[in-house]
Amino acid sequence: MENIILPTKNTWCPGCGNFGIQGALKSVIEERGKDKIAIVTGIGCHGKMADYLNVNSFYSLHGRAIPTAVGVKIGNEELDVICCAGDGDAYNEGIAHLIHSAKRNSNITLIVHDNHAFALTVKQATSTSPRGFKGSTTPEGSIEDPINPLEMMLSIDTTFIARGYSGKKEHLSNIIKEGINHKGFSFIEVLQPCIAWHNTYADYNNRTYEMEENFLSYEKAREKIREWDYSNNESKIPLGIFYKKEKETFEEQMGKIYPANIEDLLEKNR
Amino acid sequence: MIKEIQIIIGGAAGEGSKKAGLIIAKLFNLYGFHVFIHEDYCSVIKGGHNFSQISVSSRKKSAINEKIDFLLALNYDTIEKHKEKLKEDGILIYDSEIEGDIDLEEDRAIKIPLSDIVNEAEGIPLMKNTALVAAFSKITGMKLEKIEETLRREFKKETEKNLEVARLAYQKSEKKREIEEEKDEFLPLFCGNHAVALGAIDAGLENYFAYPMTPSTGVLQFLSNVKGIRTFQPESEIAVINAGIGSAYTGRRTMIGTSGGGFALMTEGVSLSAISETPLLIVMSQRMGPATGVPTYQAQGDLLFTLFSGHGDMMRFVVAPGDATDCYYLAGEALNIAWRYQMPAILLLDKEISENTYELETKERVKKEDIIKAEGDAENYNRYEGEDISPLLFPGEGGVVKATGYEHDKKGVATEDAEKVKEMVEKRIRKHEKLKEELREKETIKVENRDAKTAVIFWGSTKGAMLEATKDMDLRLIQIIVVQPFPEEKIKEALKGVEKIICVETNATGQMAQALSMHGVKSDEKILKYNGRPFFVEELKRELEKIV
Repeated sequence: MENIILPTKNTWCPGCGNFGIQGALKSVIEERGKDKIAIVTGIGCHGKMADYLNVNSFYSLHGRAIPTAVGVKIGNEELDVICCAGDGDAYNEGIAHLIHSAKRNSNITLIVHDNHAFALTVKQATSTSPRGFKGSTTPEGSIEDPINPLEMMLSIDTTFIARGYSGKKEHLSNIIKEGINHKGFSFIEVLQPCIAWHNTYADYNNRTYEMEENFLSYEKAREKIREWDYSNNESKIPLGIFYKKEKETFEEQMGKIYPANIEDLLEKNR
Repeated sequence: MIKEIQIIIGGAAGEGSKKAGLIIAKLFNLYGFHVFIHEDYCSVIKGGHNFSQISVSSRKKSAINEKIDFLLALNYDTIEKHKEKLKEDGILIYDSEIEGDIDLEEDRAIKIPLSDIVNEAEGIPLMKNTALVAAFSKITGMKLEKIEETLRREFKKETEKNLEVARLAYQKSEKKREIEEEKDEFLPLFCGNHAVALGAIDAGLENYFAYPMTPSTGVLQFLSNVKGIRTFQPESEIAVINAGIGSAYTGRRTMIGTSGGGFALMTEGVSLSAISETPLLIVMSQRMGPATGVPTYQAQGDLLFTLFSGHGDMMRFVVAPGDATDCYYLAGEALNIAWRYQMPAILLLDKEISENTYELETKERVKKEDIIKAEGDAENYNRYEGEDISPLLFPGEGGVVKATGYEHDKKGVATEDAEKVKEMVEKRIRKHEKLKEELREKETIKVENRDAKTAVIFWGSTKGAMLEATKDMDLRLIQIIVVQPFPEEKIKEALKGVEKIICVETNATGQMAQALSMHGVKSDEKILKYNGRPFFVEELKRELEKIV
């Protein structure tokens, strides 16, 4: 087996949730072979994935991993495009890209490394941080409520919606495999504890559970998704693939690329 | 003898005066005249006042005059706004239903019952413009068969109805002038936006991404109708540039387009293209700002913004075409340079060039130039290998291709190591030095009348008016085409022996004059216009004569 992990110095904190995601991705890449895989990352702790995996990668801008990934897929449909983004990338800076790419059903797999914090800038609140989150810019605690990203994505009929947990690596890699196999926009939210600023390991170990039934109806999926709204610390957190729907991908509907000819165009304007 | 005719045709938005203007231009083109159309329209869909000014000449000319020979009016606004421009023997041709004070001698104001004609032919109200054009063609002495031929080409739908309307209008009008056929070369007519698309296609364009914004939208509209090119209109300009970079990373020749406001959103991506060395061609068509500004009018107000676009210490290739033919060649050149040097290239247009109609010369066709591809051992491929330009490999070709917006080592892995950071910065600088070297051999500026003691420096869309206004003046003309890397040496060489330097621009702060002064060239005088309108030939001549 060729080496999937690059021998670069890893600077994630020991015990960082990103290791679990990296492990899951490694097994996916090993299984599929790396030549036809391209990873696009945003900026934040998650983004270092580009430097640690020995695969094609584009280490993009903060918030812009999704449109970059969409462009890669339009450029070469043969590639399995896996887009890694943080919660800051996907749900704050780049939330418009998230919604529109899901709406148009771009055939990419999005993995959101959701640690509920801007970690690399030393602890600030993101869209999924709970109310009362004490960060460096919210000393009295955040005064905003979090969004439930899964419910948001369901509301626009995203064709693949799943949630994994970096502490359950095998379950997560199965979700990612399903996501890549899905033809269309695969949205995978990953609960990723931040060991430094928002250590949720114990909490997630206690509250998460793998759903027995996956691929639910729209109504059932919504019910399951609403079991936890990201704002409390009590309810159970279901993991698995909530929703999947078959729909033509954006790229399938675009015209094919081939060398264009301007002779007719010149003639037409004479 | 040089024959010249200036025509304005105007109406409310939605009345089809633009299409009618194009037909008039094509009619004269059919008679062997050179034509040019300046478009002027408001930011509305219905109502308002839109007009086209058609410049007809027996020699090449891409500029408009203050004084006109014919005014064709579909509404009263047109008469009111342009009547004063009519020459002493100029003729107004207008819809007989227009009410209001005309105040012109009867033989110079010709009423045509456009609605009656359209009704008689059982056409629709929009066909009033066809009736007006046909009446005009009769008045100017053109043959009916010429208007028929032109309409057949221009109207693929409702052709017969339009022909019927035209015949009736022709019958009901009276010949007032004679026209003689010119025997000059007969070229296709294109606006700058479309010429950009053609040049890029010839240089191997595959993907075009854009978000609609006047005056660059025409590129997207045009390319969406070209088979083989993938067009994509994502959620924002930010998405446009990042998707463009993603597409180029896979090896697809990609172009994106916008105007000043959209470009402001894109600038972080310009920076990403530079550091990740991802080739990208950006069509940036200026309109009058700041902010929303005067959205459908022109200004050369974004030169300095473009030259400095993107944060960080970086370079771009920036070219400023002066007409559609320049657009064709420079779009091709810029796409080729973006790919050969793996850097952002910007085609700096403005509303005039983007939307005005010019004769397009494509005698020598643009060619897709080869890129440097990695050969051999794909397994050990390093994206940023080498002293300056790194050989390219694309994902899926057997190697691991790592591109990044972080400063990086040769593999493409982020680094903060002082030595490696410096090395990579210098690698990109060497690439730009190489580009400068190549550009020494190319036409980065155009100089005419090298012996004159007074030099006029201009760029972009002022070219047409400039060449026309200075025809009988002893001036050294310098058109700056490449604006980054700035052709400092060539400009200084071209200025040798000059006693006075005049800079002509359509902005209020003299942005090219500022760029010149950064390179040690001081302009003595500036002629600036900043009301959203281009220079008229007579106006520019007057301004120049005041100085020399």
